[in-house]
Amino acid sequence: MPRKLPKKDVVIVGLGWTGSIMANELTDEGLDVIAIERGPWRDTPTEFPPNYAQDELRYRIRHELFLRPEQTTFTFRNKMNQTALPIREWGSFMPPNGVGGGGVHWNSETWRFQPSDFVLKTHLIERYGASFLPEDMTIQDWGVTYDDLEPHYDAFEYLCGTSGMAGNLRGKIQDGGNPFEGPRSRPYPNPPQKQPFSHALFGKAARDLGYKPFPQPSGNMSQAYTNPLGLHLGPCTYCGFCEWFGCGNYSKASPQTTVLPHLIRKSNFSLRDNSEVTHINVDRSGKRATGVTFVDTGGDEWEQPADLVILAAYTVFNVQLLLHSKIGTPYDPVANKGVIGRNFTHQTISSVNGFFDNKKFNFNPFISSGSIGMCIDEFNGDNFDHGPHGFVGGGYMGQVQTGGRPIQTTPVPPGTPKWGAAWKSAARDNYLSSVKPGSGVHGSFYSYRDVYLDLDPTYTDRFGRPLMRMTIDFHDNELKQNAFLTDKFAEIIQAMGAHTVEKQYRKGPYDATEYQTTHLNGGAIMGTDPTTSALNRYLQSWDVPNLFVTGATAFPQNAGYNPTGTVAALAFWAAAAIRSQYLKNPGPLVHA
Amino acid sequence: MRKAIKISILIGTAAAWLCAVGMSRAADPDEQKFDRIQRGHYLATVADCFACHTVPKVGKPFAGARPLETPFGVITTPNITPDPETGIGAWTDQQFDDAVRKGVLPNGKRLYPAMPFPAYTKMPREDVLAIRAYLATVEPVHQAVKTNTLPFPFNIREAMWVWDALYFTEGEYKPDNSKSAAWNRGAYLVQGPGHCTTCHTPKSFLGGDKNAENLRGSILQGWFAPDITGDSKQGLGDWSEADIRTYLKTGHNRISAATGLMAEEVVNATSHYRDSDLSAIATYLKSLPQRQDNPAAPQPESSLMTAGQAIYQDKCSACHGIDGAGVPMLFPSLVQSGLAHATDPSSAIRLVLRGGRSVATKQEPTAPGMPSFGWQLNNDEVAAVLTYIRNAWQKAAGPVSADAVGKTRDQLATRAD
Amino acid sequence: MLLLSTVQSRATLISGELPWTPNAGNPPAPVRPGPWHYFTSDEARAVEAFADRIIPPDPQTPGGKDSGCAVFIDRQLAGPYGRSEGHYNQPPFMNGTKQQGPQSAKGPAATYRDALAALDQYCQSKYQGKRFPDLSDQEKDDLLKALEDGKVKLEGVDGQSFFTHVIKDVQEGFFADPLYGGNVDMVGWKMIGYPGARYNYLDWLDRHNERYPLPPVSIMGRNDWNPKKS
Repeated sequence: MPRKLPKKDVVIVGLGWTGSIMANELTDEGLDVIAIERGPWRDTPTEFPPNYAQDELRYRIRHELFLRPEQTTFTFRNKMNQTALPIREWGSFMPPNGVGGGGVHWNSETWRFQPSDFVLKTHLIERYGASFLPEDMTIQDWGVTYDDLEPHYDAFEYLCGTSGMAGNLRGKIQDGGNPFEGPRSRPYPNPPQKQPFSHALFGKAARDLGYKPFPQPSGNMSQAYTNPLGLHLGPCTYCGFCEWFGCGNYSKASPQTTVLPHLIRKSNFSLRDNSEVTHINVDRSGKRATGVTFVDTGGDEWEQPADLVILAAYTVFNVQLLLHSKIGTPYDPVANKGVIGRNFTHQTISSVNGFFDNKKFNFNPFISSGSIGMCIDEFNGDNFDHGPHGFVGGGYMGQVQTGGRPIQTTPVPPGTPKWGAAWKSAARDNYLSSVKPGSGVHGSFYSYRDVYLDLDPTYTDRFGRPLMRMTIDFHDNELKQNAFLTDKFAEIIQAMGAHTVEKQYRKGPYDATEYQTTHLNGGAIMGTDPTTSALNRYLQSWDVPNLFVTGATAFPQNAGYNPTGTVAALAFWAAAAIRSQYLKNPGPLVHA
Repeated sequence: MRKAIKISILIGTAAAWLCAVGMSRAADPDEQKFDRIQRGHYLATVADCFACHTVPKVGKPFAGARPLETPFGVITTPNITPDPETGIGAWTDQQFDDAVRKGVLPNGKRLYPAMPFPAYTKMPREDVLAIRAYLATVEPVHQAVKTNTLPFPFNIREAMWVWDALYFTEGEYKPDNSKSAAWNRGAYLVQGPGHCTTCHTPKSFLGGDKNAENLRGSILQGWFAPDITGDSKQGLGDWSEADIRTYLKTGHNRISAATGLMAEEVVNATSHYRDSDLSAIATYLKSLPQRQDNPAAPQPESSLMTAGQAIYQDKCSACHGIDGAGVPMLFPSLVQSGLAHATDPSSAIRLVLRGGRSVATKQEPTAPGMPSFGWQLNNDEVAAVLTYIRNAWQKAAGPVSADAVGKTRDQLATRAD
Repeated sequence: MLLLSTVQSRATLISGELPWTPNAGNPPAPVRPGPWHYFTSDEARAVEAFADRIIPPDPQTPGGKDSGCAVFIDRQLAGPYGRSEGHYNQPPFMNGTKQQGPQSAKGPAATYRDALAALDQYCQSKYQGKRFPDLSDQEKDDLLKALEDGKVKLEGVDGQSFFTHVIKDVQEGFFADPLYGGNVDMVGWKMIGYPGARYNYLDWLDRHNERYPLPPVSIMGRNDWNPKKS
């Protein structure tokens, strides 16, 4: 029987980006807030100091900062007619764990989705006709528009000190920025980061080919910055140990550097770490959350009652908790009914390696940062006419190589043996003169009827609860999109002066062992129709009005950009709705 | 104890108590006046009674029982809440004044100078009584504290008679008429209620102030509290008055950050000082002259400097910059750091070995931390990198020896803070 | 206040200030040279032989053996990696598709042990009693190539997948920080021109297409840190 703790106004499950933003907003409103985080407390000078953070084996290969599958994992299959098996070690994505969540180890690539992304279904049908879309594609409009979110994107960018070049300032296209972006109300808070050699060279090649390259918007500081909460960040020193790693010198935007030192001083905020929430409790009517149950390090259960529950864990853990707590109707792909688990998506990633004459090119790939690179957006979203191509969607592409850590970055030209003297000399001769962009092509992943989440019938976690099952495969649409984009990307790499270009298309079936970003989305999506969405436009549960679910869980489909900017903007948007509307009149904010 | 003696002690105590009650404060008509209490509250903040007389984080305010580390052992602070039995509620004003400004207790015993009466003696009686008026309004806490926890022979209070004769000069602050009002106010605050001298003035082997070296830096509780005169190498010579004000008010400025014991002082005391008082303190400190004993600084051995530069580049430059200038308000400037160039490198060694967290205040909540390098750098390497930092840029401050590092490392090994 | 709530749940309740303690953090523990922690001496010889064929010695750069790759693998297998600590090791174990990833309870340490035994058995039967390390370089390369192509099958183990695994581990050891036992003297880093565990390149950011001059440094330092070096 769980022991009951004193009631709080708000309990927040998970203290990552959205948990931190929510906690800060709601404590400003005077509410008594407790955050419960499954993983440990983490902070810069202790967990990732610059005297041992530069450890590729420990943090990138053995992924020390991440969740252990032993604590929780998922089962996976490509198709519904297969048996799902456990993901016993992480592969295609890597869930975070600990205070700061993904915000600790992210690249800090900080993009906004395009205006058309939010009204995708309407937009695509209008332009191409309904029959242009695959029959089993289940994309939806979001219920919010880019204009709704613009001030909240801005708030996040200023919180983070995002370094970038505006491309569209209140409708006026700006030279040097992304001409395809939605209009922004003011410039970025920091100028863009300076680009190292290969990244600048890509930009030049892209420009020569007629594209409009721009610096990737970055949460690594281009200069010392003080954010609106009075917190100081230092300039990024291009260490090349960004994603997978915590930042050792306060120069990457994270909850640790942009929110927590301010938040922790508030007398109406507290945090429990190393406590895993296992259940969102609802009353007998099923329509009101009463708080959460969590397990401490000793295995004992506790109940934290609260008037308002914010589910702010990583995407798939949000969905998992909803399923275990029996909140919302689970999705049934056969009957095409239900909402929890539907519209599950990932990201369509590929790359192209380039090999150059080592007597003419010295790239020093180890000089880099997490969100670096000159990018082009000509092939994202609906920025080009898809009519002749037979697919929808797209992505940005760029020489976004974030470092030269040698275990993972000793590319050899195609055809080189994988071992032996030939491998050795190829590794030696190409390290300084090759480019390995990593996620050079970063494409959208739209939603489909048979790509979804539900509970596994066989495998359980350490509490005996069913693991969540992922059924996910690529559809032709995304593979065609990727082939097209990869070819375009290769042209630019070639134009940089590479003597050999190695295209690495994304091919099906979806492989759970190959890393493809941790941009998992959907499963409890937002929308205007409770029969096809779990949350209303304010991220409020249709079923349980005092439950809000933040994160990319809300995305009805994924766009061709990194999700964090949009995840954070939605959190600010939901917080604003709670502060200005919900608290005055608790109850459903939208009547469907 | 024999019955007769017991009875006489009892009668004596009862008589003393009756006298105390009879001579209680009821005679002073101004005691409850609001502005007197306000003034007393401010002065108590400047004198920072709270810090020593309260157990950090969990103790009731002013109820004592805080162990204070001194070079002679650990002493425990008394309860100064108005509780009549275990606090100072039954004391007369005279008794309070005698304790604070003379170091004498109502029973005639002397206080150890852990209670900074040698500094508080500079306060006028009315300031001390204002503090008393404030303290009389705090919540009384019934908590008996055994204060004399020093080891033998230091627990013999009678010995303080000798110490006082050697080191204690009773007397209020006398203004220097050749200096401005602000300077005098600053001098008063620093030497009197602010008692900066208690930590920052070097001590003799018996723990008395070495007045000739006023505020030139002193060691306590494993830290070297640096020179805070206007000395350009080891003191505040590079700091403007605004820098000093900002540091005291927020714990941070463009050059430095408060950590360790000073962090506590900022949070409890200086961050609450009036701006005019902070300016006065800055005026006074900056006026204190250059040291005569700065090392002539022969250039350290090139092998130390070369090794130190390699270590600095590889391990320190990520935060403190390739040029040593740091990042204002985030990473202290080593180029201008008095602490780094101090004759006594203990604080610098301590920070390198154990790391540190700078203070968080309302205005400056970031509280950046320095990681611990003790596991990574051996004594030779710490000595080399500190030697480099002390000599590579604008100031030359002599080398740091591996032996000094080793001694400090051993001393710090058992510390919990 | 930072309270360790023993009255309440066994997890820290944090509020009021950022936690800090001296000497905090979790620095890595460098590998100490010495006897093998996991391998038997026969197994170690075999793995050293693998290492020297995967990364053969040449006049400029030592091979896998002298670079310490076998030591690296030995220490890794003796630790949590070898035991698949942190993996989801609950049954049932069923064979799946390649996309579903490894589905065995056997961790890397056990895999090495079994595969090296099977390889030993194979070599002794095929090469008149000679073990893998005793074969000539050409014979070793031929055998490894055949393993790689799936042309040679080992008894009871997937030789092809094992060899892929060994290539990965050897190359990891060659390029990981020397504190883990491989990349001795940072020879792997020197070979490719990687400057190691540095953190500040601001003064080289604008120097496009110039060779970075500083030598590599490990997390545990470099020779230049020693003021007493000759």
